[in-house]
Amino acid sequence: MSKRKFRIWRGDATGGELKNYQVEVNEGEVVLDVIHRLQATEEPDLACRWNCKAGKCGSCSMEINGMPRLSCMTRMSTFEETETVTVTPLRTFPVIRDLVTDVSFNYEKAREMPAFAPPVGLKPGEYRMQQMDVERSQEFRKCIECFLCQNTCHVVRDHEENKKEFAGPRYFIRAAELDMHPLDAKTDRKELAQQQQGLGFCNITKCCTEVCPEHIKITDNAIIPMKERVVDRRYDPLVMLGRKILRRDQIAPLASTEPAVHAGPVVVDETKAPVDFGRELLPPMGAAVNAKGKVDLNEMLSDRSAAASPFGDDVQFPVDPTALNYYHPDKL
Amino acid sequence: MDKFVYDVVVIGAGGAGLRAAIEARLAGKRVAIISKSLFGKAHTVMAEGGAAAAMGNVNSNDNWMVHFRDTMRGGKFLNNFRMAELHAKESPDRIWELETYGALFDRTKDGRISQRNFGGHEYPRLAHVGDRTGLELIRTLQQKIVSLQQEDKAEYGDYEARIRVFAECTITELFVTEGRISGAFGYFRESGDFVLFETPAVVLATGGVGKSYKVTSNSWEYTGDGHALALRAGAKLINMEFLQFHPTGMVWPPSVKGILVTESVRGDGGVLKNTEGKRFMFNYVPDVFRKQYAETEAEADRWYTDPDNNRRPPELLPRDEVARAINSEVKAGRGTKAGGVYLDIASRLPAEQIRKRLPSMYHQFKELADVDITSAPMEVGPTCHYVMGGIEVDPDSAAAAVEGLFAAGECSGGMHGSNRLGGNSLSDLLVFGKRAGEHAASYVDALPARPKVAASDVDSATQAALAPLERKDGDNPYALQHELQEIMGDLVGIIRREGELAAAIKKLGELRARVAAVSATGGRRYNPGWHLALDLRNMLIVSECTAIAALEREESRGGHTREDFPKMEPKWRKVNLVCGMGPNGEVTLEHQPVPTMRDDLLNLFDKSELAKYLTDEELPA
Amino acid sequence: MTTLATRPSGAKARAAISAKTLRTDRWWLSPLIIAAILLFFIVYSTVRIFMAKWYFVEDYGYLTPLYSPCLSDSCVEGSSHFGTPLPKLPFFLPLGIVAFPIVAGFRVTCYYYRKSGYRSLWLSPQACAVTEPHKKYSGETRFPLLFMNLHRYFWYFALLVLAINAYDAILAFRGKDGGFGLGLGTIIIVINVAMLSLYTFSCHVCRHVMGGRLKHFSKHPVRYRFWTWVSKLNERHGTYAMISLFTVLLTDFYIMAVSAGWFPDLRFIG
Repeated sequence: MSKRKFRIWRGDATGGELKNYQVEVNEGEVVLDVIHRLQATEEPDLACRWNCKAGKCGSCSMEINGMPRLSCMTRMSTFEETETVTVTPLRTFPVIRDLVTDVSFNYEKAREMPAFAPPVGLKPGEYRMQQMDVERSQEFRKCIECFLCQNTCHVVRDHEENKKEFAGPRYFIRAAELDMHPLDAKTDRKELAQQQQGLGFCNITKCCTEVCPEHIKITDNAIIPMKERVVDRRYDPLVMLGRKILRRDQIAPLASTEPAVHAGPVVVDETKAPVDFGRELLPPMGAAVNAKGKVDLNEMLSDRSAAASPFGDDVQFPVDPTALNYYHPDKL
Repeated sequence: MDKFVYDVVVIGAGGAGLRAAIEARLAGKRVAIISKSLFGKAHTVMAEGGAAAAMGNVNSNDNWMVHFRDTMRGGKFLNNFRMAELHAKESPDRIWELETYGALFDRTKDGRISQRNFGGHEYPRLAHVGDRTGLELIRTLQQKIVSLQQEDKAEYGDYEARIRVFAECTITELFVTEGRISGAFGYFRESGDFVLFETPAVVLATGGVGKSYKVTSNSWEYTGDGHALALRAGAKLINMEFLQFHPTGMVWPPSVKGILVTESVRGDGGVLKNTEGKRFMFNYVPDVFRKQYAETEAEADRWYTDPDNNRRPPELLPRDEVARAINSEVKAGRGTKAGGVYLDIASRLPAEQIRKRLPSMYHQFKELADVDITSAPMEVGPTCHYVMGGIEVDPDSAAAAVEGLFAAGECSGGMHGSNRLGGNSLSDLLVFGKRAGEHAASYVDALPARPKVAASDVDSATQAALAPLERKDGDNPYALQHELQEIMGDLVGIIRREGELAAAIKKLGELRARVAAVSATGGRRYNPGWHLALDLRNMLIVSECTAIAALEREESRGGHTREDFPKMEPKWRKVNLVCGMGPNGEVTLEHQPVPTMRDDLLNLFDKSELAKYLTDEELPA
Repeated sequence: MTTLATRPSGAKARAAISAKTLRTDRWWLSPLIIAAILLFFIVYSTVRIFMAKWYFVEDYGYLTPLYSPCLSDSCVEGSSHFGTPLPKLPFFLPLGIVAFPIVAGFRVTCYYYRKSGYRSLWLSPQACAVTEPHKKYSGETRFPLLFMNLHRYFWYFALLVLAINAYDAILAFRGKDGGFGLGLGTIIIVINVAMLSLYTFSCHVCRHVMGGRLKHFSKHPVRYRFWTWVSKLNERHGTYAMISLFTVLLTDFYIMAVSAGWFPDLRFIG
């Protein structure tokens, strides 16, 4: 048993600082044990997320000496006796308090990822898959959603503005998992990865793989194969030629996306509404398609990254509010 | 305070809760899922072995009747037979359903779901994915919820139109109006803001109570919230004296104390040895099992390769037998310093095989404790793991005694009797999670008018929740929790005695006043001290139920072992101990007859076997 | 009724930590070493390809990979194994004009070199959890980095170049008399070709083409077998990338030295 020096970030969205602590550490303990000891003694309100304390649930993600890690899997024996251990919250996500961050970014991205599409005509119990076919996807399903990869990826860590267009490594392995699933019926996952998830943002610097506590080979087994699958469809001359000649696995056109409409009409007194609700509005523009009815592969020429909008790219922002059937409740 | 109106509120986002939510949503209801931690972090991820379902993919002799028999045997015939029957019949469908949600189980050669052996199961029966089946289950259900939300988005333009997950939200009180559930009250951990759900139906799926114990595999969430909420709402708890102590939890090093070593380590050839190096399990085969288990090491070793012609090794006895054996060895002075015995797989399988068959086990030991299981034996001992007891429910509808209240998963009782078989919990939560969701939805449909929450109830719930923050001179919640764990671990542990149990009840009674006066420092935003202070009363009342019921049941059966009554008594098999709450918040206890099994089910057993459990007059002619 | 969904949520703040990184290990060491190696190789190869001399040892048939295939009328006699379809080249065009852009492009677009290049040379990011110095980042979503996706083309052509290198290696088994011969140079050239093959066949593109693109391995057992092998090689792709870089350098340097007469080739046979 010995006293060790700790520096822990305390604070919330309005600011905070690294505070120094002297904590008792016993043989065989991990960083999370030490944080628990602090909670039970000096700082009962030190906020920290944890659940299983066995490296299986992925709750206790934090940054220890600057590296994103699970605190339940960081043994104190990996530090020098005299070393000060610095513990901070994940940097990429907004902080809630102390070591707890708001990871809702990840759950939003998860929702944008089209789910498993069950094969048509197979009833439950009739699924037949070979072990060798499911193994690749099984590797990705080991993911415990600790979001360390999402946190360490410089695309969003250093560039907040990319969060909108970039889904992150966790959802690239999800895309790969489903694309490699032997019975998934959806055929356009490669296009989705490229156009909607922002696969192109990744410059394969492999930090996600480096921090993965489950040792999933995120880059080598998911991101690069997905990039290669995109290349198959968009850039590879031989594959394109082969497809032309053999007329095989034609790219299915992207399902036409209906514009999202909120449930139920909003009833507002006509005289109070800042805009004219009776106005006929033009329907949203469709995407610009070529003679074959497909979106052009215009990425190299385009002035924007990622895909062309399925509603057309001719909208100027900010949109003129009088051209919308929307009113702000506060303006009434 | 935020206020939401839902058709069904599911408390708990583990396997049972998510399955219930899916079913209620499929029935067209607006559903809220309330999770104490983040979405997808539930304790279900800890289940490693697999989900038991008699699909017969590996051994075609398997069917629901065999599974039913195994379950009843495991529970020492105290199970609610109807629940065991439904469970055995429906679990294959529930597993196959998961595949349509995208689950990827390990496969057999012909492409079907592979099944593995497990303690207490006659045939290979556990659908599994390596040793992370629980994770697969929770992820699959989580992704199914997301896919339902995507459907809603397509239809209504809003992901959360019909199903919404409230992460990091704790429910502290259920409201009952004129005998019916009318709402639930709680707080967001993140902001400390209160929230009121107005709902006619609540599904409790809050899991277990293990955090009341010193050595436990359970996480901080397992504070018996569902049990306590149900009690306070007027429902009953049954079988609370039965707690499962997993026989093989890690006891050393301290950073991983309590973490489970999956039974498949033993299923794949691991053996238990004491410090003298003796494989001691052969000395602990009880008479009821004598016929099915090997008597020599040679025969036991042959079983791994030729299970049809050999009897299984005694390491695969039901959990309580193994736990008791380890306990006896340690008490006899043949245990390690840390109070465990050795579980050795290193000398039985080549290192590469171990890594292949038990990847996350290997990884866990290596990373958490720097122990290499391929080169050295593990130090293991009994760990509080699962509570068989729980909210008393109707077998078919999962409805509790209060109208509008349903319960599924670990927090419900009756299914597992006095002891749960490994792998039955995952299929339990699927089968009864679905039933709870389905019946909650139809309950709402049949309801003529929605009960209203009384404003005074909300006020008093608010005050109760804020009280610990306002008090300044109460005990520290962490200290109280520690004391509670000491009492339960030392006095109501795996081996119980009358004197100790009485002392425990007395001490818990003294603790009650201090828990009622607990105080927490700091503010309302993400304050773990305050959260614990609020959870303490739940832990306390559930612990009292366990202690009182344990004192009452004067026999040893399954997860309840009395040193002063070491035998199983057929007359006690007829009794369920039912806990309720008296008018002043005290625990009441009643005897209630165990439902009598139908003859067609009774006839599935040999008469000679029944004689071990039933009284003479109960035996069929 | 206020719900969380309708409550306005402005951009929420991250934890206010000013340090660029709190890492305490020597995270800068590895990118620094890689940067030094890459820069050295770039400088060396640039100097070498414009030297236009000391690239062929006529006595033993050693041709440096940086000049192979030599297809111009400017090539010294005997070094053009495939004839000279190209006219004399001006000084600013290197003699390896055909293959060098291919192998250079292959390496630049290689997934491993992309990682090391982005980390060490472009500092994007220099190491994990270290704030990068760039204000904007669009990755490989647009010109010019979008061209990294052309790795597939480069791989196809690199296979051809590899075949040519292998042919050169066979020709390097030559004695002074024109018969069979074996010298230290031959061995170096053969090792180089072996390393280049490992590098080329462990490539992610190769792994994908062999079987990675399949959805059902079970329906293509042979390709699955190939994929398994390439996957094994692929785990060490980075190592092969670095080793082959050094063997190319060594081969070129050795041939330059022998050709310039700085030291004679060590001969075992002929």
